[in-house]
Amino acid sequence: MSGINYSERIPNNVDLASNKALQRALERWQPAYLNWWGEMGPDKSQTLDVYLRTAVSVDPKGWAHYDYVKMPDYRWGIFLAPAEKDRKVNFGTHRGDPAWQEVPGEYRSTLRRIIVTQGDTEPASVEQQRHLGQTCPSLYDLRNLFQVNVEEGRHLWAMVYLLHAYFGRDGREEGEALLERRSGDSDNPRILTAFNEKTPDWLSFFMFTFLTDRDGKYQLAALAESAFDPLSRTCRFMLTEEAHHLFVGETGIGRIIQRTCEVMNEHKTDDPAKLRGMGVIDLPTLQKYLNFHYSVTSDLYGSEVSSNAASFFTEGLKGRFDETKIGDDHQLESTEYEVPDVAADKIVSKHVPALTALNERLRDDWIADVQKGIDRWNRIPEKAGIPFRFKLPHKGFHRRIGLFTDLHIDPEGKVISEADWTHHHAGWLPTEEDRAFVHSLMGRVTEPGKFANWIAPPHQGINKQPIDFEYVRFS
Amino acid sequence: MASTELIRQHLIDPEICIRCNTCEETCPRDAITHDANNYVVKPGMCENCSDCIAPCPTGAIDSWRRVATPFTIDEQFGWDALPAEEVPGDEAVHEADIPEEVARLSALASQGQGGQAPPPWSAAHPYVGLYTLAKPAIATCSGNLRLTAPDAESDIRHIVLDFGQTAFPVLEGQSLAVIVPTGEGRPPHVRMYSVASPRNGERPGYNNVALTVKRVTQDRSGTAVRGVASNYLCDLQKGDQVAIAGPFGTSFLMPNHPGSSLIMICTGTGSAPMRAMTERRRRRLARDEGGELLLFFGARNPDELPYFGPLQKLPSSLIDVQLAFSRLADKPKEYVQDRMLACGEKLARLLGNDNCYVYICGHKQMEGGVEGAFAKICETQGRDWTQLRDQLRANGRYHVETY
Repeated sequence: MSGINYSERIPNNVDLASNKALQRALERWQPAYLNWWGEMGPDKSQTLDVYLRTAVSVDPKGWAHYDYVKMPDYRWGIFLAPAEKDRKVNFGTHRGDPAWQEVPGEYRSTLRRIIVTQGDTEPASVEQQRHLGQTCPSLYDLRNLFQVNVEEGRHLWAMVYLLHAYFGRDGREEGEALLERRSGDSDNPRILTAFNEKTPDWLSFFMFTFLTDRDGKYQLAALAESAFDPLSRTCRFMLTEEAHHLFVGETGIGRIIQRTCEVMNEHKTDDPAKLRGMGVIDLPTLQKYLNFHYSVTSDLYGSEVSSNAASFFTEGLKGRFDETKIGDDHQLESTEYEVPDVAADKIVSKHVPALTALNERLRDDWIADVQKGIDRWNRIPEKAGIPFRFKLPHKGFHRRIGLFTDLHIDPEGKVISEADWTHHHAGWLPTEEDRAFVHSLMGRVTEPGKFANWIAPPHQGINKQPIDFEYVRFS
Repeated sequence: MASTELIRQHLIDPEICIRCNTCEETCPRDAITHDANNYVVKPGMCENCSDCIAPCPTGAIDSWRRVATPFTIDEQFGWDALPAEEVPGDEAVHEADIPEEVARLSALASQGQGGQAPPPWSAAHPYVGLYTLAKPAIATCSGNLRLTAPDAESDIRHIVLDFGQTAFPVLEGQSLAVIVPTGEGRPPHVRMYSVASPRNGERPGYNNVALTVKRVTQDRSGTAVRGVASNYLCDLQKGDQVAIAGPFGTSFLMPNHPGSSLIMICTGTGSAPMRAMTERRRRRLARDEGGELLLFFGARNPDELPYFGPLQKLPSSLIDVQLAFSRLADKPKEYVQDRMLACGEKLARLLGNDNCYVYICGHKQMEGGVEGAFAKICETQGRDWTQLRDQLRANGRYHVETY
């Protein structure tokens, strides 16, 4: 069934009404969620009418339905992608078995941990972004921010449904804890470091959605391969929503680059100081933000060599990106994968069993995808006749997890001394001054069709609406 | 080989697409694929079900180009941006694309039916105004044949224009504007001509159209005048290039449903749209779709009647050809209205059939006679022609183009 039952308190396409215990449990969690949204969701947004996309069914025709809605009234619910008939386990030792409709006892705690970790990122990003509405560069961008926020909220629902439906009391407790942790809280922080970083300005937000939400895409895609079918179906539908977040990030940065290039050509200058004086973000500063968010997000994939990752795969819990499209034995018992290594202050590479390198492999898939986005950004200065090109730093640059943790690596991939790092890092990562400058640009533009000076208007509006459409109504 | 049937090809804008894979995941036909560079739609696989449109977060998926030959996926993989649109999209086609001169001539031509009429309900959707005076299509003359006898007074020609790789989709009954250069700094001379070939080309499957053009050497009152456009066209040599605007016309179109009948009444070069429609039906004869064709065609004599020879060869199972000659030495003058009256019963029967459509094209002066004949035929049936005509027009069954 693909239709969503909106007549129930919790919209769903999982026939929630037939499982009264589960329905009651989730109905008890719902007010707690709404409290969390009121407290930690977008600041001062409760009464705004926002032109949002809401799923009315999960089939292609129905899930992109647009209308004005006040965010607290957004119909968060439980939507799973349609079941694939006779789906099988597609990798690992259980390959060929029917996909699991229940959690096997031996994988219960591991699966729960995977789901909680994924689920924790969803409310975390809403918390990180909660003040951005106060400095939106346009109504169009404000609407996009809110769309991202409500969908992250829905992704939390998706994970909490799994916890409640398949993990009993433990799952319900985890569901509560997901509403109690707070991004950046020193006593009760979110699980992953990147989700405790601040998202203090729109440049950071766009970088986050471009890079970190793309990590979300790769993690969800790997979980969509899971032998645990409800997790697979949940993640498949989440992926469809995630695409919008990537779009917001990629085009957000693209529009900033566009605007800067316009001003550079207009005034025939590439002097960062002059450009900053004219109220646009100079390209080297954008590169520094890219370096920062890229390296922090890269940490989310974990250690290059990981026995956990190997067992997740062998056990059928988490696959590779596009697992079913890969033409190999899907067991990986005798294949190898190349990972970086450090020998005598030089970064080299080594071959390790492919099973243990699955984190690195997923990171590499993500990097390739990021690189393509960077290539598309680079067409903007290229078209404008400006020689500047964005470049991803080396994978070892500014890492806090894995092989490179205790090393200093420059963006070119050279191992450098601590002194060199101290001397140079201000040229590679945003400094306090850089952040203060970017922060100083963050005004609030709410007139339909108007855009802050530092960002170009988008190519087209949302849902074919004009760019000067009133995407958010303040009543 | 180019086809004149334009395809609306579904494409993905590589400048907007973020390669999120949503479309590929969504497509129920597996018509979307990707390489390291681009996401692309496989031509021939996409059935335009639109399932991918709403889920696309960027709008890149909602890209279309009208093409004679679809872009292959290999071509699409290589794109950094969509190719420039050779023709404006659907949204861009509106009244403003019709040059003023064309609009004026069209209004004049359709006066005889009492203003603009809707097309037949089963007419194919016409493309209109794809090319303008400012941005014309360039065609190459690939044939120029005199239709009238060498010693006949009038020089009527069958001119074939080939559009090569340029899309120029026309339906029977539509017209195009020939743009005659008049020299530096002066506005070009523009004349409209009905297309004389069916939609799939003068030669089936080729991207060409035929025109029926009479060389104008005197005006209606007999004063010597050299028609600028007609002489330009009649003098075209094979290989000459011609600037064309159009296509034009959204009303004078033929029905497409099986069992539909056509009454065609024309004189001289007014036969062009009738030839197009007849040829369309002839090419589909084997399909045995039913319906009748009844043609009334007037000229001074057989030598001056364009397509006289080919008309004689058409099977009577396809068309009933009624020729009227006004200058035969040994016979009284006969005009189309006389032939109509002679076929009164058949006309009355056809007019009473909802599936019958009337087309009149030719000199303005034929209108009165034709209407008079219809009125008389109606009278014998106890019907009022004016009322019937208005009803026919409102139903898209009565079409007049006279000049």
